[in-house]
Amino acid sequence: MNINLKVWRQRNQNSEGRFEEYKVQASPDMSFLEMFDVLNEQLIEDGKDPVAFDHDCREGICGMCSMVINGRPHGPKQGVTTCQLHMRSFSEGDTIVVEPWRANAFPVIKDLSVNRGAFDRIIASGGYVSVNTGNAVDANSILIPKEVADEAFEAATCIGCGACVSACKNASAMLFVGAKVTQLSMLPQGQPERQARVVAMVNQMDAEGFGACTNTGACAAECPKQIPLSVIANLNREYYKAKLNGK
Amino acid sequence: MGVLSFLFSSSLGRKLVMAVTGIALIAFLLVHCLINAMVLLNDGGQTFNEAARFMAENPFIRISEILLFVGFLLHIAQGLYLTFDNRKRRAAKYTGNPGNANSKWYSRSMGFLGTIILIFLVLHLKHFWVVSRFHAPHALGEITYANGDTMENLFLEMASVFTNPIAVVIYVLGCFSLAYHLLHGFSSAFQTFGVNHKSYTPIIASVGAAFSIIVPLIFAIIPVVMHFGIIK
Ligand code: SF4
Ligand code: FES
Repeated sequence: MNINLKVWRQRNQNSEGRFEEYKVQASPDMSFLEMFDVLNEQLIEDGKDPVAFDHDCREGICGMCSMVINGRPHGPKQGVTTCQLHMRSFSEGDTIVVEPWRANAFPVIKDLSVNRGAFDRIIASGGYVSVNTGNAVDANSILIPKEVADEAFEAATCIGCGACVSACKNASAMLFVGAKVTQLSMLPQGQPERQARVVAMVNQMDAEGFGACTNTGACAAECPKQIPLSVIANLNREYYKAKLNGK
Repeated sequence: MGVLSFLFSSSLGRKLVMAVTGIALIAFLLVHCLINAMVLLNDGGQTFNEAARFMAENPFIRISEILLFVGFLLHIAQGLYLTFDNRKRRAAKYTGNPGNANSKWYSRSMGFLGTIILIFLVLHLKHFWVVSRFHAPHALGEITYANGDTMENLFLEMASVFTNPIAVVIYVLGCFSLAYHLLHGFSSAFQTFGVNHKSYTPIIASVGAAFSIIVPLIFAIIPVVMHFGIIK
């Protein structure tokens, strides 16, 4: 199939970007990233600079493949990452606009590749459990009800891709932070640091320059792991409780 | 104040202020709407005027009114701050436009809808609140009913304001904005409070939708029926 692409090209963080137009011959069975591989081989053959884009697992679990496709992070399908999106979701002759995640907190490194270090710093501020060294404890010695385990696991499927930030009109990171806080606050291992964690993570989130959530729901609608909005409600509860306790 | 400073410094604190004041304003709307609905009794405004007098004279209501003003100011100030601050968080804008694929237009337009309501509110306060509370010189005077009760005739003030078709149009537009503002705001406040569960979130959404349609509709009907003389 013949596809027309309008791709965002930007030399580095400080340079001005612009759209470049390309034509690509793709098969309907190719993934969106494979279609970009074809484009890049074409560009290299022509002696031009290939398009920089992030990818790693190509099986929907690493969260690297950040592309905003026709205004929607990870493209038009629900619950899939760009690497799991196939060209059969488009039609012959389509013009597709491809842009990077756009948020002040995610500066462009080059072309479609953005720096998501802000997420790492939020995790480093509290998104972990501290474990004393020594013998590994038998995992089954800590009893966790099935429903709790399931809900914590649902939140834990967040792959840190940043589509939530990219979709939100406020560039808010609350779905991501909500997922991490929910996962850790539900499990026994997360209890000792529970209140300090949520306050530290929210402070870091604000310091990184993400916007404030206004509950539009765009994040959950675009999340490739379909993390529900209820994790943000949970984040709110956890945060207000911690604040009332003077944390 | 130390413990509460997060209400004005953190993103989650600011959101809590929006939700708490929003719910207070919703409560106010409910009372206001019930009183306005008395106009529809078509008794020459007597019940309505009596209710208005009660609201003007009851000390508890007067104190609540001060709180209400504080609530309005906080909601407006914080809302405007959030709207402009959030806009700055994405300096480079997208070219692709998702339309309404991932969110409702009114959820994304709360600042705009709120601004229309604010403009309406200023006009509305000038029309009625200033007149009824400060007995401004252009108040249309008092009325004495058959039972000997004398009171400010706010009903007549309404009838006079709504003879102007432009005022009617502005009031109806204000109610439209209010309806969409509430359609997002009502359930959004509960989400902010952390009230989200698959068993009762759908109930909150339905009650919110009903409230957002019925209350602005009652508000909007009054200028229209008064303008066309259906209620006099
Ligand atoms: S919450 Fe969803 S959209 Fe946001 S980072 Fe996690 S997986 Fe990506
Ligand atoms: S490349 Fe890993 S999720 Fe897409």
